[in-house]
Amino acid sequence: MSRPTPLRGVHEALGATLTDFAGWLMPLRYGSESAEHNAVRQAAGLFDLSHMGEIFVTGSQAGEALDYALVGHISALEPGRARYTMIVDSRGGVLDDLIVYRLADEEFMVVANASNYPRVAAELTERAGTFEAAVEDRSEQYALVAVQGPRSREILGELTDADLDGLKYYAGLPATVAGRPALLARTGYTGEDGFELFVAAGDAEPLWAALTKAGEPYGLLPAGLSARDTLRLEAGMPLYGNELSADLTPFDAGLGRVVRFDKPGDFVGRAALEPLKDVPPARRLVGLIATGRRVPRHGYPVVSTDGAVVGEVTSGAPSQTLGRPIAMAYVDNGVSAGLAVDIRGSHEPVEVVELPFYRRKK
Amino acid sequence: MSDIPEDLHYTKEHEWISGIDDGLTLTVGITAYAANALGDVVFVQLPEVGSSVTAGDAVGEVESTKSVSDIFAPVSGEVTEINEVVVDDPSLVNSDSYGEGWLFRVRLEGDPEDLLSPEEYAALTSGES
Repeated sequence: MSRPTPLRGVHEALGATLTDFAGWLMPLRYGSESAEHNAVRQAAGLFDLSHMGEIFVTGSQAGEALDYALVGHISALEPGRARYTMIVDSRGGVLDDLIVYRLADEEFMVVANASNYPRVAAELTERAGTFEAAVEDRSEQYALVAVQGPRSREILGELTDADLDGLKYYAGLPATVAGRPALLARTGYTGEDGFELFVAAGDAEPLWAALTKAGEPYGLLPAGLSARDTLRLEAGMPLYGNELSADLTPFDAGLGRVVRFDKPGDFVGRAALEPLKDVPPARRLVGLIATGRRVPRHGYPVVSTDGAVVGEVTSGAPSQTLGRPIAMAYVDNGVSAGLAVDIRGSHEPVEVVELPFYRRKK
Repeated sequence: MSDIPEDLHYTKEHEWISGIDDGLTLTVGITAYAANALGDVVFVQLPEVGSSVTAGDAVGEVESTKSVSDIFAPVSGEVTEINEVVVDDPSLVNSDSYGEGWLFRVRLEGDPEDLLSPEEYAALTSGES
């Protein structure tokens, strides 16, 4: 039985197709997922992301505790700023990718993926044990609503007096939105400008209604997980369970830059990761663009012209923006030309490109 | 929920068949219920004109944003025509499932089996939704 979010009633009233995702009952799409995708690229989309986890770490050594628990240099964050980071196990395998917000000197919020946050909360509690820091999973208390797309700044401006122009990418501030207290962050997972609003679960419905009304003249559409997945894929952003797993290190995923060996002190995974930092991994994450119309999907083998398996697709979908199927895949180092994807027995040619597929115009 | 036209036959694989009562050449498509469940259809691969198909065999595929599904031959016979328009614009499967979104035509050989009436198909899909 999937858990509903605080916005379940809204999704049902909108006629959403609901799906189980990581144990949550989530909107897959409301109408056409292509229209939702295009709305986010051209106007704005409204997302329910309440399945994400919010874990608070507080106390005089909260920053030091997170430096030890995560691969990033979290204590160096200024209050009001956020950082993309990861939690790894002692072997360096990725347990989750995270965004950490420093809300105050001694208060951090760790946002974890739906499928992982109970594990992340447990790991943080254990790893913070020797520090003056308390770890509390407040996921149940929070709803998360995102407004993403080039018109999102204008839409949100209708509902808050907060200094949106002063709010940089990867920054967050406490604000009042549509009369409700919200933690307002300029973050997202779509490749567009946009905002994420962390609010009390009971405020989610009125906030959704206010955003829907304010967004209507701008072309805002409610958007489901299907559009979210194709948007992040075009933007070349990894999804845990697809591009990231406990069997891969941050270096395997091409994200070694998030591992900060220059920070003070030890951290979980340092000993395992340090020898890897200058060693090219056996495979690298690349973008694939299909020349035909069949779609390479998660788990399909990447093959060379002689039919040898040289990689595996991690995510794939038809791209609205490119008009062709795209995919991310791990492929062996050194192979880059003459590749195909084995799509249910037939080898469909693909072109290898650097990620991302799509970058918004600044 | 979705429309189920009264003048068609159906299969458990969510295809519709027209022409059962009045001729030997049948038209095959995907029901609106199935199209809605698939989401936006982006690609259809159809059997070759002139090929022989056997009822129940996978003869093509329909691909949407999130998934790919087989197209099954609802009856046995020879494929006489495919819908080139839907190959160029697969979204017709969603927007006009029972009209412009038809997939292919078959010259029937033998008697069709295991087809569902509109009432039976309505019962099938109400049980799944």
